[in-house]
Amino acid sequence: MKRFDAIKKIVEILDEEFVVCNIGIPSKELFHLKDRPQNFYMMGSMGLASSIALGLAISQPEKKIWCIEGDGSLLMNLGSLSTIANVNPSNLTLIVIDNGSYGSTGDQCTYTSNKTNLEVIAEGAGFKSIVKITKVEEIKYILRDLGKGCHFVLIKTNPGSALVSNIPLKPIEIKNRFMQSFTEN
Amino acid sequence: MNVDQKLYEIIKDFGIDLVLSVPCIFLKGILDLINERKEILHIPVTREEEGVGIAAGAYLGGKRPAILMQNSGLGNSINAIKSLLELYDIPVIFIMSHRGGKDEKILAQIPMGKIINKLLEVIGIKTWSIKSSKEIIKLNEAIIYSQECNCSVGVLLQKSLWSEEI
Repeated sequence: MKRFDAIKKIVEILDEEFVVCNIGIPSKELFHLKDRPQNFYMMGSMGLASSIALGLAISQPEKKIWCIEGDGSLLMNLGSLSTIANVNPSNLTLIVIDNGSYGSTGDQCTYTSNKTNLEVIAEGAGFKSIVKITKVEEIKYILRDLGKGCHFVLIKTNPGSALVSNIPLKPIEIKNRFMQSFTEN
Repeated sequence: MNVDQKLYEIIKDFGIDLVLSVPCIFLKGILDLINERKEILHIPVTREEEGVGIAAGAYLGGKRPAILMQNSGLGNSINAIKSLLELYDIPVIFIMSHRGGKDEKILAQIPMGKIINKLLEVIGIKTWSIKSSKEIIKLNEAIIYSQECNCSVGVLLQKSLWSEEI
């Protein structure tokens, strides 16, 4: 399984969820697979996907917020796991697609390809609901059955990205339609 | 009303409903008020840049966030200020204690303290400096400006603001 395969399964069950997606190829893959106004594509500020998602979760407590994060970017902002676990919103699912590499910059290894274990870090940060997925067919069922809560879902994949083009939307367009979708949904 | 109460009232009355914070001894009074009164949602963060991310997400979800931190925290936030807040036109109020001024005893505060005004200017954050309780009204101006131009602003709270009361 590669990241693209994981995102493909995630979008199959996307319904009313609002999604914050990590910068780079993950956002391009998501755009390519299923563009929708409820997707917030990050174009900069690597590392802040989970923080943006936390801000959304506390400001829209009735909406389900999903964050598609990567291992390299999460390693840039590990403090965020402590904050999220302590704030403990009931509507946030942090989906970390861990391919052990910096996929948008040439597949250089991250430390999760060696000794670092994000599942254990999440537990230490205080997450109570932690799921690790290694088989692509599990993704749908596990995500669909997660109830209310603050969840950490680790999907282990191989490195490698799909050949997808850049997102043609301007950042302001992404923001405006995303914000608008809160009032419409 | 003391300085902390005045600052608190302005933050609340001008509609800020979320505060992200990294503490400073000078901000202790106002952070205590925020925690005691429970009128403004307060999330302490582990690093200032993380606060920028949470603030951005909360703004997208309809909140009006401010970040309380030492001015040194600006250095930890620059990329997020440019490639998140500016890129997507997301306004955040940065309320900073200005450490490293003339009578600063902690040497480590001085290098960042000396350049903070230039740094804010280069980043493109319009900033108000508050030196005395008479100038606290500048906080109103900064918040209104941020709302009108839909841009982030800075407020530097000088040590002299509190030393008046000691």
